[in-house]
Amino acid sequence: MNANPSSLRVNKRGTGFQTGWLLWLPPLTFLVVFFFYPLARIFSISFGRGDQGIFSLLLQALTSENTRSILGFTLGQATLSMLLTLALGLPGAYLFARYRFRGKTLLRALSGIPFVLPTVVVAAAFNALLGPNGWLNMFLMNQFNLAHPPFNFMHTLGAILLAHVFYNTTIVLRMVGDFWSHLDPHLAAAAETLGATRWQAFRRVSLPLLSPAIMAASLLVFLFDFTSFGVILLLGGPRFATLEVEIYTQTVNLFNLPTAASLSLLQLVCTLAISVLYTRLAKRIARPITLRPVLLTQKGLASSRQKLAAGVLIAALLIVLVTPLAALGARSFTRYGTAPRGEVVQQGWTLENYRQLSEDPQSSIFFVPPTQAIRNSLLYAAATVLLSLLIGAPSAWALARRTSSRLARILDPLLMLPLGASAVTLGLGFIVTLSQPPLDLRTSPVLLPIAHTLVAFPFFVRSLVPALQSIQPNLKQAAAALGAAPRQVMLYIDLPLVGRALLVAVVFAFTISIGEFGASALLARPEFPTVPVAIFRFLSRPGAINFGMAMALSTLLMLVTAGGMLAIERLRLAEVGEF
Amino acid sequence: MLKRVFIIGMLSILGWAACTPAPASGVGEPNGSGSTAPRPILTVMTHDSFEISQAVVDAFESQHAVELRFLKAGDAGTALNKAILARDNPLADVFYGVDNTFLSRAIAEDIFEPYASPVLEALPDEFKLDPGNRALPVDYGDVCVNFDRRFFADSDQAPPKTLQDLTAEEYRGQLVIENPATSSPGLAFLLATIGTFGEDGYLDYWAALVDNDVLVVNDWESAYYGEYSLHGGSRPLVVSYGSSPPAEVYFADPPVDETPSGVVSGGTSCFRQIEFVGILRGTELRRLAEAWVDFMLSPAFQEDMPLNMFVFPVNPAASLPPVFREHLVIPETTAHLTPDQITRNRESWIDSWTEVVLR
Repeated sequence: MNANPSSLRVNKRGTGFQTGWLLWLPPLTFLVVFFFYPLARIFSISFGRGDQGIFSLLLQALTSENTRSILGFTLGQATLSMLLTLALGLPGAYLFARYRFRGKTLLRALSGIPFVLPTVVVAAAFNALLGPNGWLNMFLMNQFNLAHPPFNFMHTLGAILLAHVFYNTTIVLRMVGDFWSHLDPHLAAAAETLGATRWQAFRRVSLPLLSPAIMAASLLVFLFDFTSFGVILLLGGPRFATLEVEIYTQTVNLFNLPTAASLSLLQLVCTLAISVLYTRLAKRIARPITLRPVLLTQKGLASSRQKLAAGVLIAALLIVLVTPLAALGARSFTRYGTAPRGEVVQQGWTLENYRQLSEDPQSSIFFVPPTQAIRNSLLYAAATVLLSLLIGAPSAWALARRTSSRLARILDPLLMLPLGASAVTLGLGFIVTLSQPPLDLRTSPVLLPIAHTLVAFPFFVRSLVPALQSIQPNLKQAAAALGAAPRQVMLYIDLPLVGRALLVAVVFAFTISIGEFGASALLARPEFPTVPVAIFRFLSRPGAINFGMAMALSTLLMLVTAGGMLAIERLRLAEVGEF
Repeated sequence: MLKRVFIIGMLSILGWAACTPAPASGVGEPNGSGSTAPRPILTVMTHDSFEISQAVVDAFESQHAVELRFLKAGDAGTALNKAILARDNPLADVFYGVDNTFLSRAIAEDIFEPYASPVLEALPDEFKLDPGNRALPVDYGDVCVNFDRRFFADSDQAPPKTLQDLTAEEYRGQLVIENPATSSPGLAFLLATIGTFGEDGYLDYWAALVDNDVLVVNDWESAYYGEYSLHGGSRPLVVSYGSSPPAEVYFADPPVDETPSGVVSGGTSCFRQIEFVGILRGTELRRLAEAWVDFMLSPAFQEDMPLNMFVFPVNPAASLPPVFREHLVIPETTAHLTPDQITRNRESWIDSWTEVVLR
């Protein structure tokens, strides 16, 4: 077919170098201005403050006993967390991909909520459930007449791992689940007809086809755990430190910028190494397949064995992902008051926490009613989605179509770096670079969606690329042969086929923005408080009313998030993928 | 379908353009005093815990025909770092919120212009830690161990009175503190022990606390709302602020007449945090910046702070709101360390502490 002169002409005109470069232009400009340049500046300033050269500093950091044990712990906990997340996420993804059942949409939306919750709030929820005076311990003490809480959960490695699973399972559920739902079940069925056991069919047929999505999800989960900060600090407690925690301590507490910079650099180098490894492996396993509409791949739960297995799995997902949310919700409708000389009184169910959200006795100028905070959060999220689309979609297309090109091979792992950068370091980088017009953005509200997009962008790329690469090239060739311009091929072949993956990407951008990852470290904010910022404001003050209001606002955040995710899925962009 | 994507995109752009995010109530709105000339904007950089009432902002703005803009730049340490790194092209005209544990860093990095405010005369000498008047004291607050009064009443146990008491067997497993490496009250409490037992004795004291099963968490929220028995935890002693007990009264619902928390204030068991304001080097609004500093030291602002930020006026002319007059315990003496001592030894003190307590 390539010998066909018309197809050759098409190739020359469109899919050659120029368009490749054009696609790379928006993402690269964005990353250079808002990521590489600020980082390079802050590194050079930081190393300049030390009295040693950069190499002796790095060497010192790398050979120090302390750094090595921190790095070891950081990598170890990230690996464990990733494996546990996959252990829960993959069966869940299979369930979502292959079966239809009642409440599925809701369960999917619920599973995404943890992603946006501030760690302080999650720590409070875990404490309410599993802390020394938490429900589980109370229950056990009552049941077995114990004098002391039998179960010590807070500030253990287990707490860190469970929190990471809680936060990140949604990544596996969405990225792998959506890809899986378009795999043709007949392939595995055919293998079974030919004599393979179910396990063999899975291992030899489904798993290899799925592995691009599994690897992409694993990479993101790993990197998130690798740079974990709040979870380690609040749930792990003072005996655990990741590189990110150590960078924070060195920067903020000791203002030891040279050391902080060498640790930051170490964290980036690890991220790069992991991403390069990923790119190498992913290149080997990506292969075109025939995607099928969900209508053909999904079925109801038929046999009682299937129902039982699904029930167990749904219960596991509910316990790990939803009970902490329920605990928060329940807590927001209670108010503990201390009677003058009596015991703590729980005043039954109350709406007081919600009512008082709209009042501020001091009329502080930093007070926002919840509606305004929600509006601010939604606006920033919309801007983040848009910005991620503008820079994420072109890079995904460029990556998917030119995997074999040198440029793509070099750029691919670099795109993951924003996930590995320390928020503290990058924040200081913004301060020292974005200070001249036209980019004097240091105090502009525009910087917020930009910061969110830096985190959302790698998700965007990783969600889209596996789907794009799975498109059969002969579809595109056929279109091209029939006279379609490359742009038309993209619009009428690629886009419809990856609509579902695009939706996943959009949901990630939305939730990342609503959850405000590390943004407070990045910015000098003017007064446009989002919901997480307002929650912190309450939680940083003593008093029963403040704690109650923080819980109420967290519950509103959960509702807004679930509503937002359901609304995005309702946009019927979903149908794009349904052929 | 592409049309749909396009429409959604356009709608979001329009939505974004049409409504820039809503500011916190009233900030940045012109306050309609009728003057048409654009007012200069005075920018105040500060930490995330800063609060101020609308009426106080309005008073200053109309008196000086200026618009105030506040930049919150993270926790106290992060905000200071940002001010230091932006030294050559300052983000603001004034920086508020550097405390005595960070003061030497700010002075050494030379981010402030000296300003001998006339109001300084009225302030007690104990607060004026910078003889060069680059950083001027605004407020103070004490970090002290709080105790759950109900717990001690119920168990017929006397609450501790001094730091030394905390190592006694009867308070075994009752204290929760914050990590000095990650938390500002945690550091203040470590400093209180160094001020009390000296550089030679504090590590022995900490070893005794560890033997007495002290619990360390990383942040104030985890300690206070997670572990403190008043809020559902299991430990009746917590490192918090001297202002926490009155705050418990102020934020109680239904109202209470007596605070549920007490303060361990005997000897030098508390550490006093003093917060400072300074005019950032290079400001083009020096005169207005001076006016703002004077204003922060005057009763109008000083009396607004306690219920907003739960810190107390350094200006004796400012009076405290009733809830503090009734429920606040101000320790007679506090542990004393100079900002220089703190900056010079911070790292080694925290390292030694980590070695003894966490390893």
